[in-house]
Amino acid sequence: MTAVLQILFDALSVGSIYALGALGIALIFGVMRLVNFAHGDYIAFCVFAMLWPSLDVVAIVFIGNLPWFLLIPVILGIGAGLSIISEILVFRRLRDANPATMMITSFALGFVIHNVLLMFYSSRPKAINLWSNLSLPVEIMGARIPLLQVITIVMTIVILLALVTFLRRTQFGVEMRAAAEDFTMARMLGVKANRVIMAAFGVSGALAGCIALILATQTGVADINMGLPVMLVAFVATVIGGLGSLHGAVIAGFLIGGVSVLLQVFLPLEARPFRDAFVYSAVIASLLWRPQGLFAPKSSKERV
Amino acid sequence: MSTTKHPSVLAQTVSTPVILIGGLALIAVLTWAFGSNIFGRTVTEMFIRVALVVGMFTFIGNSGVISFGHAGFMCIGAYGSAWLTIPPMMKKVLLPGLSPMLANAELTFFLSLIIASLFAGVIAFAVGLILMRLSGIASSIATFAMLAVINTIYSNWGPVTGGTSSVVGIPITTGVWISFGGAAAAVVIAYLYGISRSGLALRAGRDEAVAAAASGVDIYRERLIAFTISGALCGMAGVLYAHFLGVVNPDAFYLGVTFISLSMLVVGGMSSLSGAVIGVVLISAIIELLRKMEKGITVGEGTLSLPNGIQEIAIGVVMIVILMFRPGGLTGGAELSLTRTRANDGYSKKDQGSGNHPDNKPRR
Repeated sequence: MTAVLQILFDALSVGSIYALGALGIALIFGVMRLVNFAHGDYIAFCVFAMLWPSLDVVAIVFIGNLPWFLLIPVILGIGAGLSIISEILVFRRLRDANPATMMITSFALGFVIHNVLLMFYSSRPKAINLWSNLSLPVEIMGARIPLLQVITIVMTIVILLALVTFLRRTQFGVEMRAAAEDFTMARMLGVKANRVIMAAFGVSGALAGCIALILATQTGVADINMGLPVMLVAFVATVIGGLGSLHGAVIAGFLIGGVSVLLQVFLPLEARPFRDAFVYSAVIASLLWRPQGLFAPKSSKERV
Repeated sequence: MSTTKHPSVLAQTVSTPVILIGGLALIAVLTWAFGSNIFGRTVTEMFIRVALVVGMFTFIGNSGVISFGHAGFMCIGAYGSAWLTIPPMMKKVLLPGLSPMLANAELTFFLSLIIASLFAGVIAFAVGLILMRLSGIASSIATFAMLAVINTIYSNWGPVTGGTSSVVGIPITTGVWISFGGAAAAVVIAYLYGISRSGLALRAGRDEAVAAAASGVDIYRERLIAFTISGALCGMAGVLYAHFLGVVNPDAFYLGVTFISLSMLVVGGMSSLSGAVIGVVLISAIIELLRKMEKGITVGEGTLSLPNGIQEIAIGVVMIVILMFRPGGLTGGAELSLTRTRANDGYSKKDQGSGNHPDNKPRR
């Protein structure tokens, strides 16, 4: 029983990160048909923001030393700000470009952010001592679970609920959902394109900030490449969830997290290094089964 | 093609590969005549990249489907040639898990080049049988998943691939001329495929999927053919690369090379062969120029140099700026040609991106 609980919590906390990442990618894809490869670098940027303005190896000087109720909004704000700036400077001009061009531009942007970080911080991972007491275990029904896992899961649920409320109840949210569904129609009905797209970028960047906080606490290091694996899985999750479907992206994120934890536990020892091969084969199988995604909205069907 | 009214497709378009190969040959000759050793290595690397990107173009350009998986075929080709050419004595130590036939093989470079490229092509065919059923973004993700699977296998199957550590001892044979030959061969093959029945049908399917299907084009079949050929070409690039460095390592064929090659293709213009070649040559030239500037240029008495790390940032910015002002890439899908490019090629700018993606309408 305790083992089952342990696995469940592992799966949920890994899945949470993927789900948040997938949501960040799906939001932008919904309004712009842009697969934002810079998302992983937004995450890394937010992690390194905690070190500002110090460049030392072990130093949290300014932002990272803020109390949590200030640190969280500041990091989310940095993520949102970076994301909105990239929209204004780069992506705004590419709105009528084809998807490949947008994809490569976002990759180039991520490459630039990555190398700016590299220039200042070098490629060596740096220790971050953020809320380290959160990794102490707590006892839940006999299983010892790190407190951080519990917080990660609870936080993710809170964020998702808040986002659902935002998307359902506020005007911004309704406009954003309408734009994700059918952008042209939404604009004809008076949705302002720039505003909605900017809001989507803002929320997506803030989600990158959330992931940055969770990853920094979990791993205790700031590594330039730490956003990339999350971004790749999130990207895959967005597609198998059904592009343009926000809840699909979230569910697929949890699904991939769950499958990879389960495989890690149940694969025979000699096959365990090949876990990712199994995960990605499952991804291919899922795509063959439902090419439009598991939870595709009706509007994403190819029209003739 | 055989009617007398129009000149044949071959006669109309043959100037494109001639110009491209001529340009590459000029670079090769200049390097051979004037370049230093180090410069020769840079040019060799560029030719290998031309072969790779032209290989990717054969599928991506003609089908309109972005593939993230082609670095995987490069990996398969490179390791294939490593298995065939490393001296058996070394293989016994490095790669004890090889089957006896491979373990005892010690082929010449050219034989190994052909076999390893064909091997990559066969794998591409087998994978393509499954993946080519998909289209659009699902297909792109599936090719990425395939790349991840290939990378995981090659990184962890220690006895056969050496795991994440590098496999050494591959005979170093690739120089400027051999890599030029590889690039030229890739251009010729890509060109011949492009004007073949299958290539024309596939481009028709890219531009107007429904109309092409209604005219009897089997998009699945044509995509599979293109995928196989492009897999073999990328495999060939991998072989050249392995024999250029003498060392292979699975992470050399993963995300880094995937993205930089795709960027070169898209910056050049992903729907034309000229775009593929120009993109590689141009971006390689800019990278080399920036690298030189980072090292410092002597101006009068002092040296001017850019701070370290600026090179990567600048190349990213240059790519963003090019794509902002020319979203269709530098060539915009047109081919270099002595005769004027006709707009009815399906390459005209207006059509780009609208073909396969019904909901990708212009937005402003």
